[in-house]
Amino acid sequence: MKLKKSTVNALISYGIVIVAFIVCQYLIASKAMPRTLKGQMIPICVYIVMAVSLNLVVGISGELSLGHAGFMSIGAFTGAIASTWLLNALGLESALARLIISIVAGGVMAGVFGVLIGIPVLRLRGDYLAIVTLAFGEIIRNVVNCLYFSVDGMRLNISFNNPNLAGTIIVNGPAGTKGIKAISTFPVGFALIIFTLFVVLNLVNSRSGRAIMATRDNRIAAEAMGINVTKYKMMAFVTSAVLAGMAGALYGLNFSTFTAAKFKFDTSILVLVFVVLGGIGNIWGSIIAAALLTILPELLRAFADYRMLIYAIVLILVMLATNNPMLRSVFDRLLRVFRRRSPGAEMKGGAAQ
Amino acid sequence: MSEVRRRQPTKMVPAPSQGIIPERDLYSAPVLETRHLGIEFGGLKAVEDFNLIIGKTEIAGLIGPNGAGKTTVFNLLTKVYQPTMGTVLLNGRDTAGMNTVQANKLGIARTFQNIRLFGNMTVEDNVRIGLHNQVKYGMFTGIFRLPGYWKQEKAQHEKALELLSIFDMQDMAGYQAGSLPYGAQRRLEIVRALATNPSLLLLDEPAAGMNPHETEELMNNIIRIRDRFQIAIMLIEHDMNLVMGICEGICVLNYGRIIAKGTADEIQNNPVVIEAYLGKKKEG
Amino acid sequence: MVAFLRFLINGISLGSVYAIIALGYTMVYGIAKMLNFAHGDVIMVGAYIAFCAMAYLSLPPLVAVLLAMVVCTALGVVIEGLAYRPLRQAASLAVLITAIGVSYFLQNAALLIWGSNPKIFDSVFSVGTIRLFEGELTITSETILTIAANIVIMIALTLFTGQTKLGKAMRAVSEDKGAAELMGINVNRTISLTFAIGSALAAIAGVLLCSAYPTLMPTTGSMPGIKAFTAAVFGGIGSIPGAMIGGILLGVIEILGKAYISTELGDALVFAVLIIVLLFKPAGLLGKPVREKV
Repeated sequence: MKLKKSTVNALISYGIVIVAFIVCQYLIASKAMPRTLKGQMIPICVYIVMAVSLNLVVGISGELSLGHAGFMSIGAFTGAIASTWLLNALGLESALARLIISIVAGGVMAGVFGVLIGIPVLRLRGDYLAIVTLAFGEIIRNVVNCLYFSVDGMRLNISFNNPNLAGTIIVNGPAGTKGIKAISTFPVGFALIIFTLFVVLNLVNSRSGRAIMATRDNRIAAEAMGINVTKYKMMAFVTSAVLAGMAGALYGLNFSTFTAAKFKFDTSILVLVFVVLGGIGNIWGSIIAAALLTILPELLRAFADYRMLIYAIVLILVMLATNNPMLRSVFDRLLRVFRRRSPGAEMKGGAAQ
Repeated sequence: MSEVRRRQPTKMVPAPSQGIIPERDLYSAPVLETRHLGIEFGGLKAVEDFNLIIGKTEIAGLIGPNGAGKTTVFNLLTKVYQPTMGTVLLNGRDTAGMNTVQANKLGIARTFQNIRLFGNMTVEDNVRIGLHNQVKYGMFTGIFRLPGYWKQEKAQHEKALELLSIFDMQDMAGYQAGSLPYGAQRRLEIVRALATNPSLLLLDEPAAGMNPHETEELMNNIIRIRDRFQIAIMLIEHDMNLVMGICEGICVLNYGRIIAKGTADEIQNNPVVIEAYLGKKKEG
Repeated sequence: MVAFLRFLINGISLGSVYAIIALGYTMVYGIAKMLNFAHGDVIMVGAYIAFCAMAYLSLPPLVAVLLAMVVCTALGVVIEGLAYRPLRQAASLAVLITAIGVSYFLQNAALLIWGSNPKIFDSVFSVGTIRLFEGELTITSETILTIAANIVIMIALTLFTGQTKLGKAMRAVSEDKGAAELMGINVNRTISLTFAIGSALAAIAGVLLCSAYPTLMPTTGSMPGIKAFTAAVFGGIGSIPGAMIGGILLGVIEILGKAYISTELGDALVFAVLIIVLLFKPAGLLGKPVREKV
C-alpha cells in the first residue's frame, strides 16, 4: 500500500517521539541516564513543543515571528499563578490535576494575547511583521517585569509596579515567581508533545491547513480563490500561541522560581534556530533539532568556555552547508546514496535538512 | 480529444446599454456588466470608460497591444484594484466596496498571466483550495477528525479528480504543482479557478507558452467547459487564432480605452483595430 | 521646563547613536535585503577595540577611534565574505539564522577575550561641559559631539550615495541586483563596500555609546542593536534620512518615556510606538509603499 507523503511524515513524527520516550523512561528507570541529562528532559519537551508550534507559523503559514518567547512567558506566568491559586485557594492536592489545569490556563491566556497581538500584526507583511512580533515579545517581557501577584485566601491580587500586596506574593516583579511548587513531570511533557503533534499535523491535513498553506504559497492567488487570508494567518498564529503558552506553563512549573528575563528575545531566536535547522515546514525535523540543540551545550561541556563559541560556529557551518548551492549539491548527492539504501525514508522537500 | 473546433459564428444581438450578447443568452440576465469603469494610478488613467456586457454563456475576448490595460481590467473585475470610477455589476449585483474574496464568492474566478499556483502543494490540493468555500467543516472538526471531516474530505477528493479529468490530469493529482511542465501548470490554474464554482471565468493569456497542438486542445476545452458548466468565459490572449476561433464577442483595448467591440468578423475588418495593431492582425 | 529640555537633549543624543547604528542596518538591508543581526555586536567589538587602544596601549582617543573603525571595517567585510556571500541565493531566513550565528560568535569570542566583567569605558572626549540657565542645564561634550558626529555622517552619506559613482552603484544594486550586474557594476564589491561603511559607522557608534553609558560588556551591543534596527524600520528601512529621523525620534521617546511615564517601561514604550507607526504607515515614516504586481 502506498501511503501519502504527509501521512508518512506524520508517522515519522509520532514514531520518533514515542520511541524516544520509551528509551528515556527505560534509561531513567534503570538509572543509566546521567543526572545532567535527566534534568534536561522537561526543557527538551518544552522546546520541542515551542519549535513545532513556531514551525506552524514560520513553515506552514510562512510568516517570520520573532516573538514566540513572549507567548511562552505569558503561559509560564499564568501557569505558575494558576497552580498556586489552585493549591492555596481551592486546596487542590493532586499535582497532576493542577499541572494539567495550569497548562490549559497558560494556553488559553497565550491564545487570548495571540488574538490581541495578531489583529494588528498580521496586517503587516514580511520583515515588518517580523520586527513587530519582536517588538511585542519585548513589550510583554517589559510589562511582566512590572507585575506583582499575590494570593490572599480565594482572592488573587494583581498590581502594577507596587510590591505591597496583601497575602502571599507569587509573582514579584523583576524578581520573578516565588515559592511555586515544581510539579512538571516528564510524562506530562511527553503527552504535551503528542497533543501538539496531533493538533499541528491534523490541522495541516485539513481544509483549514490547506488554506493556510495556500496563503503562504501565493497570497494573491489564495484571495482570488475566495480564501480569507487574514483569517487563516490568524488561525495559524493563535494556534501557535496557544501551544507556546502550554509549553510555557510546563516550563514555568519545572522551577520553583523564574524571571521574565528567561523569555527574552534570545529565546525566541533559539526556537527559530531549531525550526530552521530542522527544516522549515518539516515537523519531525523541528523535533530532532530542538532535542539535539537543547542537549548540545551539555554535551559540549567538555569544551568548557569554548562551548558557546563552538555552538555558534556549528550553527554558521550548518547553515552554509545546507544553503550554499555548491555545498548543497554535494550534500544532496550523499543523501541520494543514503536514500537508495532505505527507500522509505523520503524527506519532504523545501528546506529539509 | 478529436472534437471539431466550433467555428460557426454565434448570432450576436444588441443588449440594452449598447452591448452585444449571444442570442441564446437573451433569456437570462447578463453575468457581467460594467459601466464607465476606470482606474487612475497617480494621475495616469490606466483604464477609462470601460463599458462591457457579457452574456450568461458567452465566450468573450479582450485583446489589444501590450500595455493596453487588459490585465488591469481583470484586476478591476476581481477587485485586486478598487476602481476609481464606474460600476461593476456581477450577476446583477453591484460589487462596489467588495474585496477579492467577496468577488470570488459572488462568482468570478480567474487565472494569472504569470502563473500563480500554490507551488509547494500537490496538484490535487491546488484544486481543493478552489473547492474551499464549498466545503464547510471548520478548524475543530479538522483537528479532531470528527465524522464531518472524513465525509467531506472524501467528497472533496472525488470532486477534485472529476475536475482534473477535464484536462486528463487526474493521474497527476499527487505531483507537486510547481514541478509540472508549463502547459500543465496553465491548465491546472484553469481547473483550480473552475473549482470555485464561478459564473464568470477570466483567463489571462491561457495559451501563452503553449505549442500549436496544445493551443488547439485548449480551444476545444474552453468550449467544453462553457458547455458543461454553462458559464461565461472572458479571456485575454495574443494568439489571434484562438481569439477569432472561439470568442463570440471581442473587445479591443488600446491605451486603456475600448476602441472596438463586435464579433470576430467585425473586429478583423475594423480599420481602427488594424491601425492599432499595425497590421499585426493579418497573422490571424 | 529646564528638566524637559535636558531630557530632550539627552534623547537627541541617545537617538543620534541609534541613528548611526540604524544607518548600518538600513544600508545593508537596502542593498542585500537581509536583517544583519550581527550589526549590534560589531558595535560592541568597536567599543572594545577603542577601549583597549586607550587603556592598554595609551593611544590618544582619536587614534583609538580610527583604529576601532579600521578593525570593524575589516571585520564587517570578512563577515560578509565568509558568512553571507555564500548565501546570496539562499532563502532570507537562512541568511537571518546565519547572522544570528555570527552574532553569537562575536559575543562569545568577546567573552573569551575580554571576560564577562564589565569594563569601565573612559569617555573619549572630555572637552568640558556647557552650562546654561545658571548651571541648571548642563550639556556634556559627549552629547554635543554625538549630535555633531551624527549630522556630519548624515551629510557625508547623503552626498556619497547621491553624488559619487560608488554611491550610485550602491543605489543601483539595491534597486535591482541583476540589472546592476548587466550594467557592469560589480555587485559583490558593492555589497562589501556597504558592509565596510556600515561597520565603520558601527565602530563610531560603539565609542559614542560607551562614552555616554560607560559599562562595556560582551552583550553591550545587542539591545542598542535591536533598538537601532527598530529605528531603521520606524523611519522606513532602506532610507538614509529615514534611519536618521527614526533613530532620533526613538531616542527622544525612550528618554522622555523613562522620565515622565515609567522607568521600567521605557523600552516597551519604544516598541509600542513602533507598532503604532507601522499600523498607520506600513512601510515606516519615509519608506515607499510597494505595490505588488499582479
